[in-house]
Amino acid sequence: MPKISMKVNGKTMSGEAEGRTLLAQFLREELDLTGTHIGCDTSQCGACVVHVDGVAVKSCTMFAAEAEGAEVTTIEGMANEDGSLSVIQQAFQDHHGLQCGFCTPGMVMSAAALLKDNPKPSEAEIRDYLEGNLCRCTGYHNIVKAIMAASGQDVGAIAAE
Amino acid sequence: MYDFELVKPSSVDEAVKALADEDAQALGGGQTLIPTMKQRLASPGRLVSTLGISGMDGVSAEGGVLTAGGAATHGAVEKGAAGSYPALAALAGNIGDPAVRNRGTIGGSLANNDPAACYPAALLASGGTVVTDKREIDADDYFQGMFTTALDEGELITAVKFTIPEAANYQKFEQPASRFALVGVFVARHAGGVRVAVTGASEDGVFRWTEAEEALGKDFSAAAVSGLSVPAEGMIGDLHGTPEYRAHLVKVMTGRAVAAAS
Repeated sequence: MPKISMKVNGKTMSGEAEGRTLLAQFLREELDLTGTHIGCDTSQCGACVVHVDGVAVKSCTMFAAEAEGAEVTTIEGMANEDGSLSVIQQAFQDHHGLQCGFCTPGMVMSAAALLKDNPKPSEAEIRDYLEGNLCRCTGYHNIVKAIMAASGQDVGAIAAE
Repeated sequence: MYDFELVKPSSVDEAVKALADEDAQALGGGQTLIPTMKQRLASPGRLVSTLGISGMDGVSAEGGVLTAGGAATHGAVEKGAAGSYPALAALAGNIGDPAVRNRGTIGGSLANNDPAACYPAALLASGGTVVTDKREIDADDYFQGMFTTALDEGELITAVKFTIPEAANYQKFEQPASRFALVGVFVARHAGGVRVAVTGASEDGVFRWTEAEEALGKDFSAAAVSGLSVPAEGMIGDLHGTPEYRAHLVKVMTGRAVAAAS
């Protein structure tokens, strides 16, 4: 099997990949970065969202070899350097933005991508942006709240549903 | 999915050479092809990635024509067309979800010609052109039925050109689960006449509703199409909607697109 390498969370890492090896599979099985989840494996649910060269992608629908030489960020790279939770992660904890937690890695990665482009999104913009991230616990409300809070906005205006 | 050889060419020439193999297929962002391969509905022996080809991912507008590279992602089209062709930008920005738009490409979508895809309606209504490694194909000749195009085996879409209309709008009635168009209508008012292209509705894929084009050419208002009707014959019927329902939606969405055109 050919060997490929990429920069994952700032470190150059390499592993073996066939043509058909998906990026999600490569991260989990070759690099042991199991924070990236595979939920549906059909690019619907977004649990596998990672950043490749700065943009959010569904890693279950991209071949690992296509990310060769790229800069990849996964949920394992989201904490602060001292290991404490990042602003987005802390906001998810503070606002109970997770129940079972399965969708959370993808939610956090999508939230980070959104806030990079749009630092103060409206509630509607957040809901629209999360179209490709499914939470089977249906915990969207607190996820939206957490993202609002992470962007430094008042969450009091979000009515309980 | 079955294994295959992944080739990553850096130029169109290299890509075309790699595509000459009978078992080879071009890979855009893979947002349709990869799920299809997972289901073993496609099993190419070689995939030729187009995303790394230099100069094939840009979007620019000049002289009333918007040109998108064949490997331009939906996200790139959304950003690149925002100033020059807002109706196209809005269409691109409503395909799939943000992560899908960061990978899926305009060339991949047009080569696949899904009967419910959005871009075919935009290209047909714009009176656009598909540019390949060999030739330029007029939109009116390009679409040849569901999942069928004028592309030859191994032919690669290198760019897509849209004639920017005076006013345009796309209205998509979404199938709520897939968010593909149950019916989508792109209306474009050009100096030489109005073009109306419909996706999602017909068993033959995207088509022009010429009756509405004539009526709108005389009177560009939603009222001009309210008296027309689309025959249900040949429309798609499935659990999401009957042929009659889709035929009705064609008229409704056309009216909405005309009213919103700017």
